[in-house]
Amino acid sequence: MNILAFAEQRDNKFKKSSFETVKAARGIADQLGAECVALVIGSGVEGIAEILGGYGASRVVVVDDAKLAQHSNTAFAKVIAAVATKEGSQYVFLPASQMGKDLAPRVAVKLEAGLAADCVALKVEAGEIVATRPIYAGKALIDVRVKTASKVFTLRPNVFTAGAGQDGSAKVEKIGVVLDASDFGSTVKDVKVSAGRPDVTEADIIVSGGRGMKGPENFNLIESLADVLGAGVGASRAVVDAGWRPHDEQVGQTGKTVSPTMYVACGISGAVQHLAGMSSSKYIVAINKDKDAPIFQIADYGIVGDVFDVLPELTTQLKAALGK
Amino acid sequence: MNIVVCVNHVPDTEAKIKVASDNLSIDKAGVNFMLSPYDEIAIEEGLRMREKFKGEVVAITLGSDAHKETLRKALAMGVDKAVLLKDDGLRDSFGVAFGLAEEIKQRNPDVVLFGRQSIDYDDAQVGTLVAEMLGLPSVAVVVKLELQDGKAVCEREIEGGHEVVATTLPAVFLAQKGLNEPRYPSLKGIMAAKSKPIEEKSAAQSELRVETVQMRKPPAKGAGKILGTDKSAVPELIRLLHEEAKVI
Ligand SMILES: Cc1cc2nc3c(=O)[nH]c(=O)nc-3n(C[C@H](O)[C@H](O)[C@H](O)COP(=O)(O)OP(=O)(O)OC[C@H]3O[C@@H](n4cnc5c(N)ncnc54)[C@H](O)[C@@H]3O)c2cc1C
Ligand SMILES: Nc1ncnc2c1ncn2[C@@H]1O[C@H](COP(=O)(O)O)[C@@H](O)[C@H]1O
Repeated sequence: MNILAFAEQRDNKFKKSSFETVKAARGIADQLGAECVALVIGSGVEGIAEILGGYGASRVVVVDDAKLAQHSNTAFAKVIAAVATKEGSQYVFLPASQMGKDLAPRVAVKLEAGLAADCVALKVEAGEIVATRPIYAGKALIDVRVKTASKVFTLRPNVFTAGAGQDGSAKVEKIGVVLDASDFGSTVKDVKVSAGRPDVTEADIIVSGGRGMKGPENFNLIESLADVLGAGVGASRAVVDAGWRPHDEQVGQTGKTVSPTMYVACGISGAVQHLAGMSSSKYIVAINKDKDAPIFQIADYGIVGDVFDVLPELTTQLKAALGK
Repeated sequence: MNIVVCVNHVPDTEAKIKVASDNLSIDKAGVNFMLSPYDEIAIEEGLRMREKFKGEVVAITLGSDAHKETLRKALAMGVDKAVLLKDDGLRDSFGVAFGLAEEIKQRNPDVVLFGRQSIDYDDAQVGTLVAEMLGLPSVAVVVKLELQDGKAVCEREIEGGHEVVATTLPAVFLAQKGLNEPRYPSLKGIMAAKSKPIEEKSAAQSELRVETVQMRKPPAKGAGKILGTDKSAVPELIRLLHEEAKVI
């Protein structure tokens, strides 16, 4: 019995969520008395595979093919299902990253499996995995059990801890999966990378601004603090709709769901739709001049003050404290 | 062009979610329902395709009679036809996708549009499941979509950037915010929607693959400390972040 853990890489670098997925798979595999097998797909990726041993994989299967240099959901899903079948994997774990979410449903159909998506906790009860997933943007949780023989799970990034990799040694096995043109239903032609800061779904710290920032020109205050902290930049829908910030920064029920270690909300009132996307952050800091703003009901640390007074001071003092 | 849009009927984003006494579902009393926001974007995209290429837009939903309200909204926005695949029972995403796929199959669409995710169970599965069931290519989290000569070029959001993805039609697309600005139904549209027919069918059945053991509220997060009312609170904040939270 084994768990196959798909480890996403881009440009020959594993995502942090891939390490989290492998590590979580190993934890569950130990409880089930199963093996943890990692899977890497791409072109020229054999060399990076071994480090997955340090996160708990006892073996790493590598499907290395020039045709797989770019993501294609149909081809990647075929490879994952083929390897799962060959390995007799009862469980397949993937990160609930954009790539993982694009693959898991296809893999589930191919394996006639049920899929528990975007899990935030996994435990073993009576020899079966019970997965917890947030619904209604985190306003409720459900514990689910997958009833099919094969079972697919995706794990929300930034929730399971990967820690630093240990010196594990994993056996790397290269295998081939035959792919022809018809397996590539869609193909990635180009990847446009937005420069600089981490994406809010992956960032460890997020500095987020709302309408209280008064205008797009003042987001330099948010960006300066984010740069000192190595943080991602987030935004409320109000400022995204106003065109002050791009869509991909929107946090909330109709934006991104985030679970960073620290979320700093600046001039954000804390509407229920915003809280839905960020209330699972480990620490929440709020700066808002209205003491009755709902954001203070979930903030660990609050300053009832003017962002234009507090933010520059916070940035300056943090810079000094962090020696930057 | 033959366009299908799948739409879901979900609790309003303002809704307070209470767990019902069965500990498996939500208490619907006093909860307003709405067309899922991303599905509104999917409808808008379908309407724009029809405006450009002619043809027909069909909105399909799977669920109880209550879903008719969402179909009326789709009709008011301008879709040509509305179909309710009736089912009052509990389904998992696979079951929803299966019911939709069986219906879509018979319609031979050129384009099938979904929202990138329903804002009820936040699964983000159904669109891609349907694509795989129908053997069609799919592009998820689409923020830009151009059709030409039976081909599509899209941009989709990934972490820290966009992927430019090419595919042939027929294909499935999952709409993300930013793709377009959905129109408001006109008064004329709203009036006309009232008298347009809704086709009702029973939804194809499949077995439950994922079972809910229990639904519960997340542990409540209490209010924390207010540290001050101006920048003089900054040193204390930094101290707490360092010593108590240990985040810096
Ligand atoms: C269907 C639907 C989906 C939605 N989805 C989302 C979503 O995904 N994400 C989201 O964020 N919202 C969402 N919303 C919108 C949400 O309801 C709020 O309108 C929005 O979050 C408000 O943004 P805000 O906090 O920036 O603005 P406001 O509510 O206007 O709050 C601004 C805050 O700034 C404070 N402020 C003003 N000046 C200063 C100053 N100088 N210093 C300090 N503080 C100051 C004010 O006290 C106030 O609390 C959604 C709404 C709907 C209907
Ligand atoms: N009951 C339903 N009826 C029709 N379409 C649905 C239904 N549920 C989900 N969808 C579609 O599938 C998308 C993704 O839903 P989900 O996988 O549930 O997050 C939605 O945005 C809709 O387009």
